[in-house]
Parts: sequence; C-alpha cells; structure tokens
Amino acid sequence: MRIEEHPVLNFERGEKVSFFFNGQEVEAYPTETIAAALHALGVRKLGESPELHRPRGLFCAIGNCSSCFMTVDDEPNMRVCVIKVKPGMRVEEQHGKGVICL
Amino acid sequence: MNQVEIMVIGGGPAGLCAALAASSLGAKVLIAERDDIAGGQLVKQTHKFFGSEKQYAGDRGIQIGQMLLDNAQADPNIEIWTDSTVLGIYEDGIVTVEHEGAHAKIKPERIIIATGAAEKFLSFPGNDLPGIYGAGAVQTLMNVAGVKPAQSVLMVGAGNIGLIVSYQLKQAGVEVSAVIEGLPTIGGYLVHASKIQRAGIPVLTRHTILEAYGDGKVEGAVIAEINEKWQPIPGTEQKIPCDAICLAVGLSPLTELAWQAGCEMAYIRELSGHVPIVDDYLETTRPGIYCAGDVSGIEEASSAMVEGRLAGISAAASLGFGKEQVEELQKAAMSELDELRAGPMGAHIRLGLEKVAAKGGSKICS
Repeated sequence: MRIEEHPVLNFERGEKVSFFFNGQEVEAYPTETIAAALHALGVRKLGESPELHRPRGLFCAIGNCSSCFMTVDDEPNMRVCVIKVKPGMRVEEQHGKGVICL
Repeated sequence: MNQVEIMVIGGGPAGLCAALAASSLGAKVLIAERDDIAGGQLVKQTHKFFGSEKQYAGDRGIQIGQMLLDNAQADPNIEIWTDSTVLGIYEDGIVTVEHEGAHAKIKPERIIIATGAAEKFLSFPGNDLPGIYGAGAVQTLMNVAGVKPAQSVLMVGAGNIGLIVSYQLKQAGVEVSAVIEGLPTIGGYLVHASKIQRAGIPVLTRHTILEAYGDGKVEGAVIAEINEKWQPIPGTEQKIPCDAICLAVGLSPLTELAWQAGCEMAYIRELSGHVPIVDDYLETTRPGIYCAGDVSGIEEASSAMVEGRLAGISAAASLGFGKEQVEELQKAAMSELDELRAGPMGAHIRLGLEKVAAKGGSKICS
C-alpha cells in the first residue's frame, strides 16, 4: 500500500507504467524500485532459498544483503531492491541459483 | 586509465563532506557512489538532527543530504559517478569500478574510503521469513518509495534508530505494536523515547524475540522477558501479532575495501566491529588511504560529516593544497568531533577510540 498523506514528505511519482510479475501484467511508478513496487502490490515473497526452498523477502533494501534476488528480463540474481521499474520489464521469482547465459 | 587526484568511495554524508572539503582547497575529486543518487542514508532521514549549528542541527536529514548534494553537483572540482560500485583497491593503488556497465580503472593519488555501514542481523527461528526487515529497509520503503512496509510492526531495538523509525512508522500510518529492547534501559535519546511513549507505543526493556512465525510470511512474533544473563524467563512468553518485524540492532562498518587494501584492522566492540586503524588525520596504515564515517566506527551522521571534512582536508593537504589554512581547518574539525563525542552518549565512542590508540592509531578525543 502506498502512503498518500505524510506530515513531512511529498511523493512525486509521475505516471504509472506496467511491467510483468511472474507473467502477469501489473502497474507501478517508474520512480519505484521493483521491490517497492511489488510491496505496494502486496507481494512480500520475492523468491526462495536455493536449496531449502524457504520463502525469501527483502531485508536491507540498499543492495547489501542479496535476500531479494529475482530474475529480471531473463537475467538471474538481480538485486530488485536497487533496480527501478521500467515499462515492459519481466520480473520473475527465481528458483535455484540461476544460470547466467554468456 | 583515469588519473584522479582524490577518489572518494561512497557519496554519503562522510563522502560528500570529504569531497567538498578537498575541493575547497583546490583538489579535484571523483566520488564513486553505488546508488543511483548520492546522499547515502540521509535521503531517508526525515527527523531533525541534533548537535550544533556547524553540523546543521535542527535541519532534517533529507534537507542536509540535498544541500550537500547540491553543493557537490555545483562544484566544478567534483565529479560524481552514480550507479558505480568500487570493486577493489589493488597493491599498485589502482581502484576498479563497475561504472556504466563497464569495468573502469582509476589511478587516484589519494583515496578516501567512506563506505558506511550495513545493518546487523539477529539469530532466531523464522528470521528468514518475508517481512523481517532491517530498520534502514523500512525507512527506504516508506520514506524514499512512499510504500507502507506493513500494517503492524514489532520493533526490535530501542536505540536511536529503533525509536526514530518507530515514530516514522506512526507518521506513515503504520501501527507499531511494541518496541522491545534487551538492555535494562532505553539506549536512544530521551527526546525520541518520549515521542514514542506519548504516541502510546509500549517500550519493553529486558525483552527479546524468541521466534517469528507465519505461513510463508511474518504473521507474528513470540517475545519474552530476559534475566540479567540474557536468558528468557520461562512463563513470560507472549505472542505479538504483526505482519513485519523490524530489526534495529545496530550496524557494522562496511570495511571490505579497507581489508582488501591491506589497511591494518582491529576489532573494537565499542565501534561496532572490525575497523581500520587510523591516525589523527584519519589516514590508515596504508599511506594515502583515508577512512571517514561509519566505516571506521559506527557513530551519528553528524560525526560522519565532520570526519569526512577532516579526511578531505588532510588528503588535499598531503597533495600540497591549502598550505597555511590547513592546520586551522584540521583543528576546527577535530574540536567539533570532540564536542560531538563529549557527554555520556559519547562514552562508548571515546572508549573505542582509546582502544584504537592503544593499537597504534591516534584517532582520539582530547
């Protein structure tokens, strides 16, 4: 859920854009990181641990901790807490460690 | 290869102040910032700062960050690279940076490491559930993105960060079910604690979290009272329903680059971890490499700004800039640091700095 009224801050978000989360078209603001956009949509689980398959969400939100790895436009292990939403972007929950195609 | 006079690693309060100070003496500075905007954690600090006017007391962190950034961007001696992660500092003094999707090599004459800190974590069953956030992450979500991190939050830690973030959650319209703290007393400033208590949020000292529970995401926590030996007291367990648990249990210096550069390091508990040994002018044991801000010991943003200034002046002076002004500027910065570390809240920092001095450094208050 987004904050609409705040005693100190004003949020200038611009126009909504759409991107794809697990194949489904969803909307967000281009000022938001993927993690923030998914949060606003009520999505907490961003992926799962590679071996025990436990659900994973974000922890640090500044690109330090690797808890929020997802697959973005076919590239695995992307830190979605520091990557901004772009129109048409394909964001997917990652299963396993991901394979990098060179 | 890019030739640079002074390279500042990290564009937070310490890094920006280091760059501005060095530039004011005539040095050319390159700042490498990992994020897409410089300002560090100031960009999410909506509360007003303490200290004296010299450290912009009374202004909100976001305003201070914006002012420093505006000044740095307007400064022809300062170049800021954003989205640029420094990858290594090598034996020959070359710094490698991931910049605009490429691997850049820089040969700076001086380096100021101002990488800041990372949040600490706590061990308890269920601590990997989605909905367990560092306090900084909660601030990022609500104060930068404007997204509510949850409906109801349990805050772990009653230091300044735990108290401030609890208040900010209330401002954003999020419930804070309780603030729990393992110590017998509240660690943060009284003014922050009073605000929390006036807002009706209970602060439970001598309490710890035993576990987080929930199916696929946080649905609550079990907390309990602890005794003097930090052991849970049987029978005091209680369930706190919440959809997020916020950990505000301290920070650790982000020292990877200092380690890799071969700076001498020491574990200093009061400074929150391993820190580089630095001298009065914040130079490490590797000549030409300086450290400023949380990377050399966790303190407040105000001291990070002054340390940045001191490191910037000292690095520029070592290159021959600012001749007759230098000593006075350094003394002024040192005395501001002394003031910030005076009083009971600075006691652990003073103790930590004495330990640094005992290990051969001399970053010490008078």
